[in-house]
Amino acid sequence: MAQLTLFGLTSPVLSVSDLTRRVRELLDTDYRLQDVWVSGEASNVSRPASGHLYFTLKDAQASLRCVMWRPDAARLLTPPREGEAVEVHGRVSVYETAGQYQLYADTLRPAGEGLLFQQFLRLKAQLEAEGLFAPERKRPLPAWPARIGLVTSPSGAALRDVIHVLRRRFPLAEVTLAPTPVQGDEAPAGIVAALQALNRHVHPDVILLVRGGGSIEDLAAFNDEGVARAIAASKAPVVSGIGHETDFTIADFVADRRAPTPSAAAEIVTPDVIVLSEDVRLARARLAEALTERLRTHRWALDEGRLKLRLASPRAQVAGARQRLDDLGARAQAAIGAGVRLRRAAVGGLAQTLRAVGPAAVLERGYAVVRLKDGGQVVRSRLQAQPGTTLEVRVADGTFPARAE
Amino acid sequence: MAKRAVKAPADLTYEQAFQELEATVGQLEAGNLPLEEALALFERGQVLAARCTELLEVAELKLQQLTSAAGGGTRAVDLEEED
Repeated sequence: MAQLTLFGLTSPVLSVSDLTRRVRELLDTDYRLQDVWVSGEASNVSRPASGHLYFTLKDAQASLRCVMWRPDAARLLTPPREGEAVEVHGRVSVYETAGQYQLYADTLRPAGEGLLFQQFLRLKAQLEAEGLFAPERKRPLPAWPARIGLVTSPSGAALRDVIHVLRRRFPLAEVTLAPTPVQGDEAPAGIVAALQALNRHVHPDVILLVRGGGSIEDLAAFNDEGVARAIAASKAPVVSGIGHETDFTIADFVADRRAPTPSAAAEIVTPDVIVLSEDVRLARARLAEALTERLRTHRWALDEGRLKLRLASPRAQVAGARQRLDDLGARAQAAIGAGVRLRRAAVGGLAQTLRAVGPAAVLERGYAVVRLKDGGQVVRSRLQAQPGTTLEVRVADGTFPARAE
Repeated sequence: MAKRAVKAPADLTYEQAFQELEATVGQLEAGNLPLEEALALFERGQVLAARCTELLEVAELKLQQLTSAAGGGTRAVDLEEED
């Protein structure tokens, strides 16, 4: 038996590299270990010239080696202090050269932050369920914020930024500052009181709730439930401008409008004086154009009136009558001319008919008309022509005498 | 169009002056007005525009601070020294 084992007949022999790779693969395929938060106490913190950060996380029973590469380490505001309770995010793998498993960390935060974040999420979910963030609750911002309420610290940079923007953009406004601490234990109550005081005594058209950037603890007052409810209860619409662009607080969600920074909040609520000047210039131009248009209309009406007047004058009427008379004359003449032509044609026709039925045409055909020489009666009967009676015969080209036998 | 009480331009805030200016322009553009009325509107508009410009030019941000007094009154704070 011992001999068999010795010669490795039951299983192949692994090299150290092979074995270490197998262990690494085992860890690398455990999804739970590839995306994990670990809490512990930082120790053996070192940051050599390479910029990478090495430390060990410890609790009472165990320790875990950690490394954070330079790009991630550079993003940390402060490296962990010796003995500080921290929470580290990363993935677990094996450093094969040293045969050590370790945490490859990408994020690190003080331990309390995780708890704060949990509270934040819980409150956010609760207020959201109550409908405090609902879009239909958001009030429109006034077009003309004559009175602007400002809730912030009297000594902060945010106040200076906001005033600077307001002075440049909209110096027509009246700004009322309700000063309050914006961080620390007194901040939530102070902010609530400031919001209420503005609504009660100043009735501003809009309220700016602003604070400069800071850590999540610095912004804690803006994640306070009382502050959230005071924003929701404000009569004037509230615009929040808290921290940096990437910071989202509960106050931002409840506010009628969220601006990324204090300056941006001031810009969002105000029209720009340059635009206002342009509007006035434009109105002036439209005014002049409209008057010109009116004048043009009146001139047209005047011209038209003048024309009508000319048409209605006695001279124009006489001229008109004269013309009408000429017209009638022409028409009469035309009518008469037509009548004459008609009659002429009719006469011509009659003459032809007359010719056709008259004696001349008959005589031309060889007939003769015989009359008594005495009396001239036409001889229609042989009894009229006793022998010896003198007659007159008429043929086509004339008459000649004759005597009956 | 009902005749309103015409306010002296100096008594108008910017907002009032500009709103009336817009309304005046609108009337002048829309209505087929008697010449005299059109001229009167034009002149009123000119005055209003001048008032707006004047206000924009001289406007200075007013800044007050709520006192913490129980009465909740307001008092003016000069911010110039803080800049």
